[in-house]
Amino acid sequence: MSRENILHKVRTALGRSAGQAPAPPPAARLRLPEMDADARVNSLMAKVAALAGKTRRVDSPQAARDYVAALLDGRRTVASNAPFLAECGITALAGVRSGISAREDLRQACASADLGVTCADYALADTGTLVMLSSREEARLISLLPPVHVAVVPQARILTGLDELFTLLPRPAEQTSSMVLITGPSRTADIEQILVRGVHGPGEIHVVVVG
Amino acid sequence: MSVVFDEKIHQTLDDSKLQLAIYTATGRLMEKRREAVAAGILPDYQELRTQANDLKKHTIENLDYYLEQFEANVTAHGGKVVYCKDATEVADFVLSLARERGAGLIVKSKSMTTEEVDLNERLEHHHLESVETDLGEYILQLAHERPYHIVAPALHKTRYQVADLFTEKLGVPNETVIEKQTMIARGVLRQKFLAADIGISGANFLVADSGAVVLVENEGNARLTTSAPKIHVAVAGLEKMIPRAQDLAVFLKLLGRSATGQELTVYTSFLSGPRRGEEIDGPDEFYVVLLDNGRTRLLADRDKRQSLYCIRCGACLNHCPVYRKIGGHSFPWVYSGPIGAIITPQFLGVTHEPGLPFASSLCGACAEVCPVKIDIPQVLLDLRSEVKKTEAREGHGKLERLAFRIWAWIMRHPGIYEMLGAMAASVAPPAENAGWLRDVPAAFNLPPVRAWLSQRDLPPPPARSFRQMWRRR
Ligand code: SF4
Repeated sequence: MSRENILHKVRTALGRSAGQAPAPPPAARLRLPEMDADARVNSLMAKVAALAGKTRRVDSPQAARDYVAALLDGRRTVASNAPFLAECGITALAGVRSGISAREDLRQACASADLGVTCADYALADTGTLVMLSSREEARLISLLPPVHVAVVPQARILTGLDELFTLLPRPAEQTSSMVLITGPSRTADIEQILVRGVHGPGEIHVVVVG
Repeated sequence: MSVVFDEKIHQTLDDSKLQLAIYTATGRLMEKRREAVAAGILPDYQELRTQANDLKKHTIENLDYYLEQFEANVTAHGGKVVYCKDATEVADFVLSLARERGAGLIVKSKSMTTEEVDLNERLEHHHLESVETDLGEYILQLAHERPYHIVAPALHKTRYQVADLFTEKLGVPNETVIEKQTMIARGVLRQKFLAADIGISGANFLVADSGAVVLVENEGNARLTTSAPKIHVAVAGLEKMIPRAQDLAVFLKLLGRSATGQELTVYTSFLSGPRRGEEIDGPDEFYVVLLDNGRTRLLADRDKRQSLYCIRCGACLNHCPVYRKIGGHSFPWVYSGPIGAIITPQFLGVTHEPGLPFASSLCGACAEVCPVKIDIPQVLLDLRSEVKKTEAREGHGKLERLAFRIWAWIMRHPGIYEMLGAMAASVAPPAENAGWLRDVPAAFNLPPVRAWLSQRDLPPPPARSFRQMWRRR
């Protein structure tokens, strides 16, 4: 509709001509702090806990399975197709549906599930954030529709923070149509500034660090 | 100042409950921000602000280049960019899309840009159901009101008002517990999400090197809006552009902290196109509507184009002594507070509400907290002079200009200044009569003078003037 017109107005306003390359933008500002593995785990867990998330560090995939099994307690669960979850044996637990690849199926399953289990692509130590990239292994809705989200995080995937994430993935769009950062349970304070959790997304979040 | 502006201000000032609500809410947000950017917590806060300002300046000054880069990347990922010059074009686009796809239900996540063009009303006019899904926005949609604050839209509503509203509009029993109210809304809106054909979101950032729309939120409704329906339409102002995904490392650190004191909001979505190849879910169609609506006009002004750097964090509202007294609905358009005071006249023309740039004490609190360092007081001053110039062109304000010309002349002649000062002091009433200027004889009481005096008083003159003291020192 108005494409040419608007671009023309923008150029006239700025005194630029079509196709004119700009001077380079200010250099990107990315700082990478030194932080060892344990410090990363501890910071991640402390931050998640401060946001009212639950955390647990386990030392093996089997221990992860046992912990998650107790958490699920046979309730209706959708687990993502991440190979690590299968490796842990989580996808084989009672009540767990996994391996869904059709959108409609997945939607139905998530809309009626009590829990969703995912394997985070990354986590950010300094803010307590889970990073989820949409793929055939991780669907968007598993961490969104069920009222409880359980995220399994292999320890090696914990980054220091946003700066490291964008150093590692300077262009997330090359890999996925959707990268979501999740920092704590869904919340609102829209009525009288009173904090309520679980308004649209999961009100309960569990982060299980493996390793 | 227009009569409406004046009336709304007085209504707000006279409502003590509302005054308390605004004061408490903004006070809490100020406190949280202060803690989040404190030197011990975020040592490089000032550097981040400088970088954010540099980045925005660069992007805005080369906006056409980044718009085209953005568009090329969206297209490469299977999405489509639609340029719209105004509200009608946005509504027309959504309507024709809905018609072609046979869509009837639209879910919306919070977007000030769609408020700007009254999108819901326009869609409803054509029998499309368009539901706001952010809790605050949902409440306001039920109440037929516009946002009170750009970050906390229903800041002025109490739980009791929400209870009555839900009972009236949703037919549920009266419920005053906030948790339960929230769950009522969750239940209603969950059904809408699952049934909706189109999801409309705003955009906090547009990322040129990725063709991505970035959305920042706490509730999860923006994620649902952009993931559940088969079509996602993002509506954004042209100015939301940033050059690279990597620049988010700067902007995201500033936005959440400045808005609500959060290091990061609960959800940050980085969305670039419809779902790809083997991805399991996500929309099949992805559109980004880039809205002009006055922005290109603003762009032409070298000094004032910094108004387009705004990332809508709301910090300037919370810190503004004027906003904190007169509230959000006194402002003439959807954007309130200091940022509203500078962009409204530039989007809609200075004559829309000529009093607006003057409704500020120029204390500078807004500029001090603005994460992208917009010099709001300077823009206000520029706008004031524009209002005056426009008035002069239209032949208004002759008396005022005459008065200031005389005053300027007196100021340039110290002898006369002193003589007039002495004369004024000799006729002024004694110090006990503090409100004397208000009681000057009716002869001097011309309407403009009366309006001016209704807000002010002159302190009684001192026994000896400064000049006298200086001479005797
Ligand atoms: S002008 Fe600055 S402080 Fe105000 S909302 Fe915009 S970014 Fe925030």
